[in-house]
Amino acid sequence: MTWLNRDVISSLDFNREDLMQLFNEAQEMENYAKSKLNILDGKIMATAFFEPSTRTRLSFEAAMLRLGGRVLGFGSVEASSVAKGESLGDTIRMLDSYSDVIVIRHSLEGAAKYAADIATVPVINAGDGTQNHPTQAMLDAYTIWREYGRIDDLTIGILGDLRYARVVTSLIQLLSNFKVKLRLISPEILKPRRELLDFMNMRGMSYSLHLNLNEVLSELDVLYVVRIQRERFPDPVEYERVKGSFKVSPESLIGVKDTLIVLHPLPRVDEVDHRLDSTRYAKYFKQSALGVPLRMALLKLILKGD
Amino acid sequence: MSSKVQERDLIVSKIRDGIVIDHIPAGRALIVLRVLKLRGGEGRIALVMNADSRRLGRKDIVKIEGKELSEGELNLLSLIAPTATINIIRDYSVVKKFQVKLPETVKGVVKCRNPKCITNQPREDVVPTFKVLHLDQPILQCQYCGTYLTIDDINAQLAGER
Repeated sequence: MTWLNRDVISSLDFNREDLMQLFNEAQEMENYAKSKLNILDGKIMATAFFEPSTRTRLSFEAAMLRLGGRVLGFGSVEASSVAKGESLGDTIRMLDSYSDVIVIRHSLEGAAKYAADIATVPVINAGDGTQNHPTQAMLDAYTIWREYGRIDDLTIGILGDLRYARVVTSLIQLLSNFKVKLRLISPEILKPRRELLDFMNMRGMSYSLHLNLNEVLSELDVLYVVRIQRERFPDPVEYERVKGSFKVSPESLIGVKDTLIVLHPLPRVDEVDHRLDSTRYAKYFKQSALGVPLRMALLKLILKGD
Repeated sequence: MSSKVQERDLIVSKIRDGIVIDHIPAGRALIVLRVLKLRGGEGRIALVMNADSRRLGRKDIVKIEGKELSEGELNLLSLIAPTATINIIRDYSVVKKFQVKLPETVKGVVKCRNPKCITNQPREDVVPTFKVLHLDQPILQCQYCGTYLTIDDINAQLAGER
């Protein structure tokens, strides 16, 4: 399927061929991520961020500016007419008439799909609800591909909140296009939902569930860490009991493969020890930097075509 | 139904043109009306509840006179009355008979059970849409938030419990 004018709502909308095309384009864009291309001159990207974001919003904006386009929008509910009681539908109709592409983040599940139902211009989901953050998943997979030159035949551990962290569902859905082994490590109450387990079974994915990182650490090629939020635990005592097991530090990485890479969608709080930053395993800052070329590639493919 | 014996057993008379929904699990006739969005202003409707059935033991029957419903609308009954058979009646005769089967998508009949789903926001104009998955049991998956809705959820919702 061609990329031109395509919505980006869920990872499920993209197959392996689409992703490889995106990755190749992103690699090309790495050459321009610190300079300027004028291929989107005259185009306007609207950012509708109903929920705060630093990295995702700024990398989308940087990507659009590097491509020669312009950016308008808002970064919080307080800064929009939603604060006056305007519906999401009406806000999207307005942005639809002012721009060539809409990038949306919202706390409600399905908000991006609904926006795409309404808008005539393409809509890109920059995170909605607790299960969709497809462009982050694309970036994560792209980082893995850049580091290893492939995604197939890797063993990928995902550690942390596998139930409510929106990128986890998107990443697993995206990885279903590749032949990977997944090791999913979380506290009992933050295990993946049944919907996601069924999805992996239906797609015939190879995965296993674990409560302890040490069970799988030595076989991992990639360790993807997501934050565990204290408020997810009904009992704070339980949080205090388990939190240490889901932190990654230089000491906790003893016995890993030399080639292991540690990724994190950021922002991190204390689940990845700062002392890890200077080790060869830490690739999360590179991952975050690749957000610009990846999103440049995305905007170019959607607004200009293949 | 041509034999004299069966004629004598009839609680309600035959209809001339319309739809007879037979083999509804006992007690579900009112939910059938709800799924078909029949609210009583549509013409003559007959309900028979707890009739004898060789196949089901007890069954409900709904007869709807003078109303056309598409096969798609009728197939929604498979969610709450999977045993139902549909008889299309023209001039007192059955012109078409079929068993309801699960549709691929369900639109606007039931609500998503996730309160954070966009389809549950009163100010937004969005129709709940579900894809039917065939797992151990059929299950509906919200196309907006991915949440499952089981057949039990659907029954409870349509019966007004949730």
